Amino acid sequence: MARVMTQSLLPRQRAALNAETLLIGLAVLGLIAAPLYFYPVFLMKVLCFALFACAFNLLLGYTGILSFGHAAFFGGAAYFTAHAVKEWGLSPELGILVGVAGAAALGLVIGFLAIRRTGIYSTMITLALAQMFFFFCLQAPFTHGEDGIQGVPRGHLFGLIDLSEPLNMYFFVLAVFLLGLFAIWRIINSPFGMILKSIRENESRAISLGYTVSRYKLAAFVMSAALAGLAGGLKALVFQFATLTDVSWQMSGEVVLMTLLGGIGTLVGPVVGAALVTTLGNYFATSQIPVTLITGGIFMLCVLVFRRGIIGELYASRLGKWLSGERRS
Amino acid sequence: MIFDIPIQAFLGQLLIGLINGSFYAMLSLGLAIIFGLLRVINFAHGAQYMMGAFAGYLLLATFGIGYWPALILAPLIVGLASAVIERLMLSRLYNLDHLYGLLFTFGLALVIEGTFRYYYGSSGQPYAVPSALAGGYNLGFMFLPKYRGWVVLASLLVCLGTWLLIEKTKLGSYLRAATENPTLVRAFGINVPLLLTFTYGLGAGLAGLAGILAAPVYQVSPLMGSNLIIVVFAVVVVGGMGSILGAVITGYLLGLLEGLTKVFYPEASNIVIFVVMAIVLLIRPAGLMGKEA
Amino acid sequence: MTDPTPLLRVRELNAWYGEGHALHGIDLDVHEGETVTLLGRNGVGKTTTLRAIMGIIRKRTGSVSFAGRNMMQVPLHRTAHAGMGFVPEERGIFASLSVDENLHLPPVVAKGGMSVKEIYRLFPNLEERRHSPGTKLSGGEQQMLAIARILRTGARLLLLDEPTEGLAPVIVQRIGEVLVTLKKRGMTILLVEQNFRFASKVADRFYVIDHGRVIDDFDAGQLPDRMGRLHEALGV
Repeated sequence: MARVMTQSLLPRQRAALNAETLLIGLAVLGLIAAPLYFYPVFLMKVLCFALFACAFNLLLGYTGILSFGHAAFFGGAAYFTAHAVKEWGLSPELGILVGVAGAAALGLVIGFLAIRRTGIYSTMITLALAQMFFFFCLQAPFTHGEDGIQGVPRGHLFGLIDLSEPLNMYFFVLAVFLLGLFAIWRIINSPFGMILKSIRENESRAISLGYTVSRYKLAAFVMSAALAGLAGGLKALVFQFATLTDVSWQMSGEVVLMTLLGGIGTLVGPVVGAALVTTLGNYFATSQIPVTLITGGIFMLCVLVFRRGIIGELYASRLGKWLSGERRS
Repeated sequence: MIFDIPIQAFLGQLLIGLINGSFYAMLSLGLAIIFGLLRVINFAHGAQYMMGAFAGYLLLATFGIGYWPALILAPLIVGLASAVIERLMLSRLYNLDHLYGLLFTFGLALVIEGTFRYYYGSSGQPYAVPSALAGGYNLGFMFLPKYRGWVVLASLLVCLGTWLLIEKTKLGSYLRAATENPTLVRAFGINVPLLLTFTYGLGAGLAGLAGILAAPVYQVSPLMGSNLIIVVFAVVVVGGMGSILGAVITGYLLGLLEGLTKVFYPEASNIVIFVVMAIVLLIRPAGLMGKEA
Repeated sequence: MTDPTPLLRVRELNAWYGEGHALHGIDLDVHEGETVTLLGRNGVGKTTTLRAIMGIIRKRTGSVSFAGRNMMQVPLHRTAHAGMGFVPEERGIFASLSVDENLHLPPVVAKGGMSVKEIYRLFPNLEERRHSPGTKLSGGEQQMLAIARILRTGARLLLLDEPTEGLAPVIVQRIGEVLVTLKKRGMTILLVEQNFRFASKVADRFYVIDHGRVIDDFDAGQLPDRMGRLHEALGV
């Protein structure tokens, strides 16, 4: 499908596409060079949250389902990966796979219940079920309650690369992040992604066209949960612990904010949003002002005045129109 | 003894369940009223509950105003402050997807809680039981603190009063009609935007009232409402969103159920309400008393 | 022709549903005490005209003046207070309100409205069922209630959208009698009606609407001459 689209592009659009490709290339180069200028741990944190937000956006931005329980997948996978690596002695890549599988299973259960209702109802269901999972994590023995799972070894990737080296870990995280982003890009541009978008635009029409909408929604839910789990498992390895913070509803709210701030339904918006929110969090962590005061304020501001988010506004601006090759009318 | 459990412990947990249920009922009532008319899931409801408790605490600490006047003043303060926010900000979102109302009030909750944390820290402040309600009754099988009995009674009165307001008054008929067809009600010459502001203030005021009632039972702290609100969401989903009677009854029942779970299987007491929610969703997605939407 | 200023004067009224342009410059006058009927086929913009005059549709241009007052900038909840009473096509009876509550819902906007006693004398069925939920009434009773609740408010102009739609002939006749009674009391009525036979009995004047425009207007006296053209325009 992508090839068909490229062939039919007008010259002007092709130039614009090149401009966009160029920008993406520059961004990747920037990320490769970034450890020279920033702390790798901070960068890895940003990348984990960026992937998390992109996974969340797959559901909100491209299927139109607002989940307020994505922390369960993110934090849950962090626990699963941490447990698998620390207690079972699995290698990091297998540990992450365990996290992804666990998150997908959770996504299947929560998604199955959530899509029984639509809109705001299904949002509340995700929130409540994620809170249930939170209490489960508070009490289950393997999560170690308030302490969380501490001292998770990073191990050797494929038994070869020592991930306790910060730069090795960074490039591993970067690679997984890019892979995740590519997967999302493929999903939203596939025929499957087109159906998701048509569900988002008009669910009853999609039903009348003969699509089993609930099955598509559930599939999107599980994919989004699995990718959120990928981010969560990665984060457990980066910080070498998994705690209740990552399964709390505040975390679910934070990923909504990242996506909203960056731009719902844009591919790179959540990345930008995640970078900003994480930076803010780091900045205010040492100050007297509770970070929720700031994030809450940004939340209200976004909802009231710029609902398209940073990247969404950019796309809507003249520069964005030029970049995407749209003719000025 | 019931299943090897001393009767005192059993009744004690049941009472705690009833008290929790009283708060669930009052909070889900306000949530259901707001949702019914405004179609907004008020995420700030827990923060408004906390504001009610803090209003009581601050009225006492700053002006020496005691519990009984605070019982009137705290809900008024919370209701008015919330009405102002509705008028200035929330009212701009009604024409958009309902999700934006949820997101806005979520941000609002964070801001309110963050502000209180900034000024008062995260730890709890004690609020004394009013002297008229100090002490308790020895019922023979258990000791009933007077204040707890009062909470249950007060919450029943509040729920009944609100129900009468909505079902039996002129204002209530405006509310019910506007819930069905706001445009037509407006075309009849009723100021529906003002009605929406009033309703948000009323719902938030109910949360504030629950807050001041809770102040002597729990500690007054900035985060006292943040976990509670999610349980109340589950209550509202179980009862059927927009069903006021459903919200109240489910609130009490789930409070009691939670108390019972503490007796028989304490590990599950935190999650029992969510489990019930999941089961109800499987069997009756619209909620126990809700209509199919 | 030296016309006195009409009670309702509509000029160049345009209205949009979203992007859809529904009215293309409607001009019409309704004088005090007159019953005017808008005729036209389904979907030509009759209901839209009423809704745009009332201000329920906010995306509108042109001018609507009522009793000499420009209504274009008046918010919807103030329109009724100027003296315009609206009876919607779907009747708009509230299920969660009793018959009595439905009747008392619209605020009284001026003196001279009917008392509840008078209303119940006019509609005895409603009194019998005053405590039942509004939507438990039959279609005809609901229509009576929808008209009755506006009569209580003292509105000077009744905007009445398809009162006979889907009702049995006996009920239609009864509604006709009610309208004649109202006319005798001096009520001004703007009626949208598909039932041409019904309209011809109560109306003083007619406007024919097509594609969001007024294509013809005439008095009740001119009616016999117009029958041929009307049949063509209305497709009856």
